[in-house]
Amino acid sequence: MLKQLKSLSEKDWRVRIQRALHHGDRPWQGLLILFSSVVIVLMLVIGGMLWVKSSGSRDAFGLSFLAPTANPNWDPVNNLFQAWPFLYGTLETSLFAILFALPIGIGIAIFLAELCPPWLRTPLTWLVELLAAIPSVVYGLWGIFVFLPKVVAPIGNFLADTLGRVPLAGALFTGPIPASGASRLAASLILTIMIVPTIAAVSRDVFLAIPPSQREAAKALGATEWETIWQVLIPYGRSGLLGAVILGLGRALGETMAVTMVIGNSIQGGISLLSAGYSMASIIANEFAESVSQLHTDALIEIGLVLFVITLLLNILARFLIWRVARQVPQEARS
Amino acid sequence: MSLFSELMDRNRVKRARQRKAANAVMLSLTGLLTALALVPLFWIIGYVIIQGGKNINLDFFINLPRPLGISGGGVLSAIEGTLVVTLLAAVFAIPPGVLAAFYAARSPNTPLGVALRFSTDVLAGVPSIVVGLFAYTLLVVPMKHYSGLAGGAALAVLMLPTIIRTTEEMLKLVPASLREASLGLGAPEWKTSLRVLLPAASSGIITGFLLALARAVGETAPLLMTALGNERFDIGQIITSGVQSHLSVFQIIGHIINAPVDSLPLTLWKYAQQPYPERVAQAWAVALVLMLFVLIVNVSARVWIQSRTRRMKG
Repeated sequence: MLKQLKSLSEKDWRVRIQRALHHGDRPWQGLLILFSSVVIVLMLVIGGMLWVKSSGSRDAFGLSFLAPTANPNWDPVNNLFQAWPFLYGTLETSLFAILFALPIGIGIAIFLAELCPPWLRTPLTWLVELLAAIPSVVYGLWGIFVFLPKVVAPIGNFLADTLGRVPLAGALFTGPIPASGASRLAASLILTIMIVPTIAAVSRDVFLAIPPSQREAAKALGATEWETIWQVLIPYGRSGLLGAVILGLGRALGETMAVTMVIGNSIQGGISLLSAGYSMASIIANEFAESVSQLHTDALIEIGLVLFVITLLLNILARFLIWRVARQVPQEARS
Repeated sequence: MSLFSELMDRNRVKRARQRKAANAVMLSLTGLLTALALVPLFWIIGYVIIQGGKNINLDFFINLPRPLGISGGGVLSAIEGTLVVTLLAAVFAIPPGVLAAFYAARSPNTPLGVALRFSTDVLAGVPSIVVGLFAYTLLVVPMKHYSGLAGGAALAVLMLPTIIRTTEEMLKLVPASLREASLGLGAPEWKTSLRVLLPAASSGIITGFLLALARAVGETAPLLMTALGNERFDIGQIITSGVQSHLSVFQIIGHIINAPVDSLPLTLWKYAQQPYPERVAQAWAVALVLMLFVLIVNVSARVWIQSRTRRMKG
């Protein structure tokens, strides 16, 4: 009887196929794996496409494209391209932005995670994150008409009068700042505002992941609240905080619109923070759609490739550091 | 000897006072820094509302841009273009994003799952202008023209990480008993996923889409080299001329997505750099529309997710 039933059902091809496919679960699983792999492969494809399409510029200039130089050439008409001023502009503005944003971001994280009364925590967290939600162009517009004249120009003049007079290091702050205020300083300051939310959010999560026993132990030994934070929590979350900073740096390097609108877009900028400059993202934004030759396009794509590689490496490093903190946290903190 | 111990005591008292002072100073400093970071937020929001509010009117929404000196111009082309580009981005990003999120939520600890979550995080950090270059090499170069399609593809790449992340979080919030009940009744995995898990998590997932959309709507950089901008873009006109020449629906849609399109952030960028006050005034109005959209979506999505999370966990 049983055998009969079995042979009957096995003759039915629909049942057979259904069984082979685990009632549709095989294709479903395949679909999931396919799209997961697409996401993973996407990054390789992005890098690969940029590499292939920048071949003209890579062949023509080689490594000298990126080499530091005092008299950079960026001459689309004569097909001479050197990316140094953009690299320098991007690095200088981003590093100063990190310098300004680091204390602010970590301060906010400490306040939100350790000190702030619970009823205030959620609204404050949201407000800080809203800073990251405002579109970059809106920052730029506000930057041109409000931030440059009202904030950047006074700060720039002050820096030129004080730090600018210091020998050696003063070269970074020689004035005068352009009358409009459009300068690398403006870009650094606007980047600061834009990356503070990133640093604050990630470091807040790092602080929240630190087990309460660490705080209790420090306080039981008589440490004040600040000593607990400074001598126990910050060293404990060190690698996660570093990850937060690197993540912020990655955002600063790739930020395009707001920077393009306030940096002044000048290739001959010297090294001073107070002079107008250019960044890698902003040269692409300004010239790509109006590029005059294939080599010009290729050179801009190569700048994009460099930007991609730098941000990719920084992001991988940052994520790795943050993951390490999350993993070292013992079970008690997770519940 | 007693003098020594007295000195020690005095030192200790002094030290304790110093420690308390340092504590008070540093703790209030963190509060001050938080307040400092919020100054630009309120400054920007307030300023954009005032400047944009002065310059916004009905013409702004219903008219195409007009040449300088002719009044009544609007940014209809940009509004329509933004709609086209973001809709395309949603169509490209949502299905793969949701499917990948199912995988991430189901098998987080397999090698592929770990790689997926890691690359999602890293993808979120790729600069938007680089994504724009990617879409240019992938679509604009082979098609030999700029298009809304390429713009949508670029924005889709930018939306993907947000969609995967929020969908995964929301799927994880669905109680395991629901899934087990469905499997126990004999439903296969795919049916359980689509008919039980997805509806149970749907409102959270939709909120995630909205957050991703809000980010995509404000993006400018990737559109510079994909959608390019097109002040004469007018869906109504494309449709009427298409109907007149008896094109099929698909051909008309093809015309719409194959044309270079304007978008609100692109228009804002162009107008902000022009020396004409009336253009700048329109730029402020565009900024107001963009900012309000992004802020409203963000705040309501967060309120919604929060209440949802509380209910699911509670």
